Amino acid sequence: MTSTLTRSPLQGLRCKECGHPYPAAARHVCDEVCFGPLEVVYDYEAIRARTSRASIEAGPASIWRYRDFLPIEGDPIDVGTGFTPLLQANRLARRLGLRRLYIKNDGVNMPTLSFKDRVVSVALTRARELGFSTVSCASTGNLANSTAAIAAHAGMDCCVFIPADLEAGKVLGTLIYNPTLMAVRGNYDQVNRLCSEVANTHGWGFVNINLRPYYSEGSKTLGYEVIEQLGWELPDHIVAPLASGSLFTKIRKGFDEFIKVGLVDEKPVRFSGAQASGCSPIAQAFDEGRDFITPVKPSTIAKSIAIGNPADGPYALDIARRTGGSIAAVSDEEIVDGIKLLAETEGVFTETAGGTTIAVLRKLVEQGRIDPNETTVAYITGNGLKTTEAVATSIGEPFLIDARLDSFESAWERAQSLQRATWETVDV
Amino acid sequence: MPVQVLIPTPLQKFTDNQATVTLEADSVQALVGALESRFPGFSKSLCDESGKLRRFLNIYVNSEDIRFLENEATPLADGDEVSIVPAVAGG
Repeated sequence: MTSTLTRSPLQGLRCKECGHPYPAAARHVCDEVCFGPLEVVYDYEAIRARTSRASIEAGPASIWRYRDFLPIEGDPIDVGTGFTPLLQANRLARRLGLRRLYIKNDGVNMPTLSFKDRVVSVALTRARELGFSTVSCASTGNLANSTAAIAAHAGMDCCVFIPADLEAGKVLGTLIYNPTLMAVRGNYDQVNRLCSEVANTHGWGFVNINLRPYYSEGSKTLGYEVIEQLGWELPDHIVAPLASGSLFTKIRKGFDEFIKVGLVDEKPVRFSGAQASGCSPIAQAFDEGRDFITPVKPSTIAKSIAIGNPADGPYALDIARRTGGSIAAVSDEEIVDGIKLLAETEGVFTETAGGTTIAVLRKLVEQGRIDPNETTVAYITGNGLKTTEAVATSIGEPFLIDARLDSFESAWERAQSLQRATWETVDV
Repeated sequence: MPVQVLIPTPLQKFTDNQATVTLEADSVQALVGALESRFPGFSKSLCDESGKLRRFLNIYVNSEDIRFLENEATPLADGDEVSIVPAVAGG
């Protein structure tokens, strides 16, 4: 009994395709059989024996309240990541015609304001346990911010790779932590290819390459938290952005694990995914009824989800179809409108990936693919202050006035007539 | 037509730990055959039972994914560089 309570539930790795077992080392593909991705294997009986709603509620206000479900053996690197607000979005719900809508707001995650802090906290904890002193990643921006910040906190060396055309906020938000930053002339898929080759030769811990099985498990906490914050219940429908497809599949895994160990009652949950039209390989496969993904060359303002060759795309497709969800794509213009709509109705400023999610949410409601009575959760995965370029030309301007009452009064008059013009076109 | 092939770490067990090998081939399909004759067992890692390239494997010719070219039929020329990269997750 004592051994059950002290041993980590982490048992090893296993190929998600063929089931071939591997030790819990730094490896990510089934190189002995089929090249499928590797996944962590846990002892669920041990987890069930030591966790309860009460034990989780007594834990820290971070992802580490779920540490028995995460692939580490020792003490975590806890920088306060996770347990972000689940906001009941009544004004947005009314605008869209829904009754119970929630926003899971990872735009205020710690320390770098995106869901990536979850995966990196787990990956760097495991990297340290496996003996790596240098950590690295291929990133569309958010992952670079997070890896550099948490590596700084943990005192690890860090070298990260990004496409050279990223938003200035994401470049600055990485450099401030003083890693080595490589800006690669090319798109994310080309950066990733280069990193796979660097990973082969440098012996570094790449969070999304050789540490990927551990890294990706961090996203499960977005599933756990929503269950706990809904009062230990599952929602009816979730909408999340799709880049590599990993987040989407791990939210599902988070739900399944809580059902498996008896923390929540089972019920059907529909999974819907959001992509930008300028990079929508998974949405295209969904529309065409294909079970394989044809890669595309990205061209969209939603750079954080611009992955043309999504590794977990086939799994994301399968989940959307199996659960009765949808996968849809929206234009850059709709994405900007989505960012503005969320900000104006709920006071949440998200980046382009979040704008994509809100725009797809709106589209699915309009198409009748979300029932107004469903409890729906939209996952907002990043912060708008990192991608201000995307909306800079689409928002209002300040009224420049003199420090005199009459100057204010005449500007106020103009402001009110402008607002009246807007009201005439909007319902709420 | 000699082409250079970059071998990922997991497959270097077939190539006596060589990270780069030079082979003669005029297409990606022919290259898979050439790899198998030089390193018996290699093609089983690249292809499934029906002989198709595995879906979690990416092959690039001079940095371009062959799915943007002509897939297995993509022609190879003297001095081309081919890299074999298992799919990775992102963000």
